[in-house]
Amino acid sequence: MIAFENVAYNYGGGELLSDVSLRLAPGSFHFLTGPSGSGKTTFLKLGYAELLPTAGRVTIFDREVRSLSRDDVARTRRRIGVVHQDCQFLDHLPLAANVLLPLTVSGKPAAPGDLRDLLGWVGLGTLAEALPPSLSGGERQRAALARAVIMGPDVILADEPTGNVDWEMSMRLLQLLVELNRMGKTILVATHDLNLIRQAKSQVPARVLRISKRRIHLAGADL
Amino acid sequence: MSVLDRLRETFAADGQAARVVPPAGHTAWLTSFTAGAMTFLAVFALALSLAAGRLADRWSQALAQTATIRISAPAEQLDRQSEAVLAVLATTPGVAEARAMTAEEQRLLLAPWFGPDLPLDALPMPRLIEVSEGEPGYDREGLRQRLAAEAPGAVLDDHTRWREPLAEAASRLRLLGLLSIGLILAAMGAMITLAANAALSANAQVIRVLRLVGAKDSYIARAFVQRFTVRTLVGAAIGALAGLAGVFALPAADAAGGFLTGLGFQGAGWLWPLMLPPLAAAVAYAATRTAAHAKLRELT
Repeated sequence: MIAFENVAYNYGGGELLSDVSLRLAPGSFHFLTGPSGSGKTTFLKLGYAELLPTAGRVTIFDREVRSLSRDDVARTRRRIGVVHQDCQFLDHLPLAANVLLPLTVSGKPAAPGDLRDLLGWVGLGTLAEALPPSLSGGERQRAALARAVIMGPDVILADEPTGNVDWEMSMRLLQLLVELNRMGKTILVATHDLNLIRQAKSQVPARVLRISKRRIHLAGADL
Repeated sequence: MSVLDRLRETFAADGQAARVVPPAGHTAWLTSFTAGAMTFLAVFALALSLAAGRLADRWSQALAQTATIRISAPAEQLDRQSEAVLAVLATTPGVAEARAMTAEEQRLLLAPWFGPDLPLDALPMPRLIEVSEGEPGYDREGLRQRLAAEAPGAVLDDHTRWREPLAEAASRLRLLGLLSIGLILAAMGAMITLAANAALSANAQVIRVLRLVGAKDSYIARAFVQRFTVRTLVGAAIGALAGLAGVFALPAADAAGGFLTGLGFQGAGWLWPLMLPPLAAAVAYAATRTAAHAKLRELT
């Protein structure tokens, strides 16, 4: 699905990631941990071609990202559902239109029933016409997840999806991700919430990766 | 992809692309206003250009088909040389008509300078013979040589020295009018580019979100291109109608008013300004599309 080979990334103020190699196999579930500023978000951005590596190769669906045209990048992102840390929405559009956005921009029709089911699945069935600024942090996180999966992507990359929500909501979001993984989706979640990781490992065979000293390591079993 | 396909894609009926970009504020009015004002000016430049063209043609044609033969000779030879000149002209191919001007006609010609009571008999006035050219025209040099042989005091003036500078001035004026239209359209393109860039920058976050969910550049650009093209078309249409009304309100052409009162459109010429709004829209389409694609590469 997505492969990193000796990848490095340099923001200009020093190297943030160095000699990173990782392969996300189809249907796998990975957690990515590490302290704030360690490069988790950068790693995810490399995974959906938002950033290009300064060294090494990132391959998405068997294509090296540097060889992708801008249209190719757009097409690739339609196969990757991304839940952003700050849940970026178009504030002038209602929630339903925001969730449908990946379908809208790719010119695919959306069945009203599917949208209703999806919003119900994330517990936002009654907020379809609400504007994003009126939503709470948890509602925004769930809406972001709904938007990430509406295209039926092969891979879901989530950046701190439970960062702004309480424990109960975290568990609910985790449950959604676990269900998606059971449906065959490849999942990579960046988080520093160890309790969340423990809960997930009790349900799915998730691997835990840790960014430390610019490199990615397989985290210990004590997690 | 052909230009037609691009246009079809840009103005596809779904309108989804336009909806994902937030409604614009004052830039919408500024674009329409700029397009309207520029098209208004372009209508006048077009009127100037067409009027100058008509004038150039009129002067060229009117003067090109006539000539004057001036006979300067002692009084006792004037009649004989006039008859000789008329005889030469009668046998010259390409001369449709030739006649000696009467004393009264010559008096009228001089009246603007010397007044109506000019005593022509007391002055050594040359005799003037008016020549009308037929098709396909006469051999000027050959006629000059025959006149020199038959009537030494006769000089052929085919108005070339008057006609050429006038026609050239009118042609230059026509060119300036067309150049003005070109500059107006270029300025409109530049302003729309600036407005489009401002709109794209203001919507940088929206563009980022759209790119992240898989929107192609062409999809995002379409929203801006559609918006700016339609605004320009509407503004330019209003400007063209206002310009036409302004030209229509100008005083009618008359001989005394000369060039200024002839500034307007005639016949099918009234249709020319209607070409300006589509032309302005085409400029807006090209300017916004170029600006959008450049800005998108810069932003994401």
